[in-house]
Amino acid sequence: MASLKELKNRIGSVKSTQKITKAKQMVAAAKLRRAQEAADAAKPYARRMANVVANLTSAMGEGASGPKLLSGSGSDQTHLLVIMTAERGLCGGFNANTAKRARLTIEALQADGKTVKIITVGKKGREALKSDYASLFVDHVDLSEAKDKYTPFAIGLGKDLSARFEAGEFDVATLIFSEFKNVMTQAPTALQLIPAEAPADADTVDLNGSIYLYEPGEAEILEDLLPRYLNTLVLSAMLENAAGEQAASMTAMDNATRNAGELIDSLTLKYNRARQAQITKELIEIISGAEAL
Amino acid sequence: MADKLHFSLVSPTREVFSGEVDHVVAPGTDGEFGVLAHHAPFMTTLKTGLVRVLEGDVVQMKLFVRGGFADVTPAGLTILAEEAVNLSDLKIETIGVQIDAVRQKLLAEGPDSPHRGALQEDVDYLEALRDAVSA
Repeated sequence: MASLKELKNRIGSVKSTQKITKAKQMVAAAKLRRAQEAADAAKPYARRMANVVANLTSAMGEGASGPKLLSGSGSDQTHLLVIMTAERGLCGGFNANTAKRARLTIEALQADGKTVKIITVGKKGREALKSDYASLFVDHVDLSEAKDKYTPFAIGLGKDLSARFEAGEFDVATLIFSEFKNVMTQAPTALQLIPAEAPADADTVDLNGSIYLYEPGEAEILEDLLPRYLNTLVLSAMLENAAGEQAASMTAMDNATRNAGELIDSLTLKYNRARQAQITKELIEIISGAEAL
Repeated sequence: MADKLHFSLVSPTREVFSGEVDHVVAPGTDGEFGVLAHHAPFMTTLKTGLVRVLEGDVVQMKLFVRGGFADVTPAGLTILAEEAVNLSDLKIETIGVQIDAVRQKLLAEGPDSPHRGALQEDVDYLEALRDAVSA
């Protein structure tokens, strides 16, 4: 049985841990609200962009030789995976889930005999995959300086991807990130970036039989549009990831705070029992001492 | 009065404007164009420049866009701009400060730096923006 002093110290230490997790939870809640607002604010642009791409691709028709970003390089031998995780831990299974999803994808691709290259975004994913796949890493994007401003990073990464694709470094690019479904659920998702896929759920516009006019021309517009579409996809993934990270962190810290509370209760019970036992023991000693006289 | 045109201007970070207007004039890459209600379906790329929103013959709002797309559908006009600001929200002094800041960065980069092109674009954009505000 632990001594009274030891129990008291433990209760004290658990209490201060609880205070820290509580504070972290509140910080995450505040950040989550901001991150969610940013993710929501970016949605109209992404949605309309997707609609425009869908309209254009359907106007181009099947089989048309569109820009390479759309039609692909004609091969699917080399796969580039962009794996997006958080810069920080303490957010439950958030990073681990994405890393697990990435592992499955890598293994499946390698089993098919494909070449896999990896660009990691966010420190945690890189750390998680370093032990097994360090040889596949080609680049890393550090978001620790982003401070909620993801646009330059998204554009940078998007341009980098376009340039690498032009240079023939890979045939297919897939983005693995955490989709922010709601505060409780973040689902690791794989999204094909290159060749670009027009989203299936885009609303195509009913033109009532009239014909779209393009200026300068369809091909030029598509050529200009696709890199931007790519940037937009990367940006919305980054924003969703940021919101998901905060949500996961909030949930994890909430659980930690509750666990600490339970631990404090059970330790306090033990402490009180030990104290009562000691008092009883002392009383028995006094009484038996008095009886002996 | 004739029918209204639904116009929305969105940038990657937010929806800058959305509402019913009479007339929008935008800077297409092949020349400036105006859109009224019931315009034929039309899509074009935009260059950096001024988007003017008109009520009747009066300019109601001036928005400065940095590249992007205009998409005219029966539902209205949508402009997807890479960056967009409402000119009335801007002060010429703050743009001057920004230009100086970017110029400093440009000077700090070496002549072969890969960032040079992007920084020079920033300077050009900000100068165009300043001219638009002072005009």
